[in-house]
Amino acid sequence: MIAISILNRLVMAAVTLFGVALIVFVLLRVVPGDPIAMMIAPGASPADILALRAKYGLDLSLPAQFGVWLQAVLIGDFGTSISLRRDVLELLLGRLPATLELAFAALIVAILIGGTVAVIGTLSRRTPLEPAIDATNGVLLAVPDFVWALALVLLLGVFFPIFPLSGRIDPTLSIDFVTPFYLAESLVRLRLDVFLDVAAHMVMPVLALALPLATVITRILKEALLEAMVQDYVLLARLKGMSEIRLVLQEALRNAIGPALSLTGVQFTFLVGGTVIVERIFSYPGIGNMAIDAVINRDLPLIQGLVLVFGAIFIVINLVVDLLAAALNPRLRHG
Amino acid sequence: MTDALLNVTGLSAVSDREGGLPVLRDVNLSLRKGEVRGLVGESGAGKSTIAKAILGILPRTVRVTGGWINFKGRDLLGMKPPELRNIMGSEISLIPQDPQTALNPGRRIGVQLADGLRLKRGLSAKAAEARALQLLADVQIRDPDRAMASFPHQLSGGMRQRVLIAAAFAVEPELVVADEPTTALDVTVQKEILRLIRHMQEVQGTGVLFVTHDLGIVAQICDSVTLLYGGKVIEDGPVRSVLENPQHAYTRALIAAGPRYDRPDAGLEPVPEEVFRALRQEIGIR
Repeated sequence: MIAISILNRLVMAAVTLFGVALIVFVLLRVVPGDPIAMMIAPGASPADILALRAKYGLDLSLPAQFGVWLQAVLIGDFGTSISLRRDVLELLLGRLPATLELAFAALIVAILIGGTVAVIGTLSRRTPLEPAIDATNGVLLAVPDFVWALALVLLLGVFFPIFPLSGRIDPTLSIDFVTPFYLAESLVRLRLDVFLDVAAHMVMPVLALALPLATVITRILKEALLEAMVQDYVLLARLKGMSEIRLVLQEALRNAIGPALSLTGVQFTFLVGGTVIVERIFSYPGIGNMAIDAVINRDLPLIQGLVLVFGAIFIVINLVVDLLAAALNPRLRHG
Repeated sequence: MTDALLNVTGLSAVSDREGGLPVLRDVNLSLRKGEVRGLVGESGAGKSTIAKAILGILPRTVRVTGGWINFKGRDLLGMKPPELRNIMGSEISLIPQDPQTALNPGRRIGVQLADGLRLKRGLSAKAAEARALQLLADVQIRDPDRAMASFPHQLSGGMRQRVLIAAAFAVEPELVVADEPTTALDVTVQKEILRLIRHMQEVQGTGVLFVTHDLGIVAQICDSVTLLYGGKVIEDGPVRSVLENPQHAYTRALIAAGPRYDRPDAGLEPVPEEVFRALRQEIGIR
């Protein structure tokens, strides 16, 4: 049963990625802007330009270009970046871990902050604290990630310069990393100094990405918790003498997570999309930052590769959310 | 009365939501140890309000304006929350109305059943589990081992209600409030559940306040009955005398309104409008 549904999802994922690749491929070639024009030296002869176009396959018809690209991708060849003159797959794999660490750290922080505020809000219902939490959260719900980023730069970078403003690691600290997962690797290798430096670099971008998600989690989870708290089983548990905090954490939370989870999954994909602008603001060397450069330089192969990676991340997130929902809900688990 | 377990005296309450409309009017009722008393009335008669007042779970919109609820010589209404928490779920427990919503869908039956034993009787997790297993057998659940490990949705409505009965009697309380525990069930299951409640009550010598709108159920399970209308006690007494020799016109009309199994072709007689009119005048509604 589960194997079939996973297989089903994988087929759907392939179809989705194909669709995304096709749309982006066509769009990039329809909008104005010529990658070759950006790389030729002044005074290049028309013959040179034609040769260059031929080298990157840009002289073929659009369907033919897509066919060539797709064939190559299927055997793992994502082409060569026009602006960086390096293998696209290599570039992506080098940068992706930085973004993954950032996004997952942000997800965890968002769940912790959002979950805590939701539980506090539920515990404080019918006290003046509850409307205060709701109102504050309601306002913050409207603040996008890049505004958080700029506010954090101002607060923690300029007024109270506690955290580094840009980059991923202090260059003087660099230990010869084996993997591009600096945060995880420094932790595994017990290099606490390096770990703390990497973490300090992540604080601001992580908060900027996490806070919008946290407000959403707070709102959904609190609503689901309040709904669960008026159920008969909570009333019975209360009659059995369970404390209010245990009622929330033990009785209500497990039934509230389900509804909150699927929306958190959707919002997490927005968070991943947000890495593009947030990484730019903090000069964080992830694929988001790379995407902006790629677009500015009309680096068609690199953009194509980036789009596929983002598409794959979104698909994986949705798959994981569905699997988690099934694992958490006994009614789905047992058919 | 020497062996009175529960004495409700002059209990009055109003609903703030309905602009101070009285929902209980000077209600008196008593329950002896081991007695099953039916609390009967139509929707809005106040039977649930009395049950909630006893359990200390009145909605915020309902305000008690007078009277006492005396449980074993102590007034529940005047009790502080911590004291009340000690009694509830220990000396007084509840069988809820709807077995669909009264069990946590995300937790296994066994641990839910063990909750009360651990919290109120201080049993270890292991001892509570062993006791829970025994209780499931007591309420005649086949394959109690399997039921222990099940989630609520894996059990039928009747099974769930058995679990809830087991949970209510788990702590061997002195008073069980049964809030229409068979309303959500099939008629065939209903009978088994009634028999089970009666059985557990007899074994443990528990006093049961049985809230229902069905005089047929009262005839099956109760020793005595209190009939309410508009928040006022209309009739009170042993089941047999109330059903066979009702004093009030409303009671007579209610009994006549019930289906007659011996005369299925007789049709149903609704309670005549003039009976209601006289009743409302007597109580003082509008």
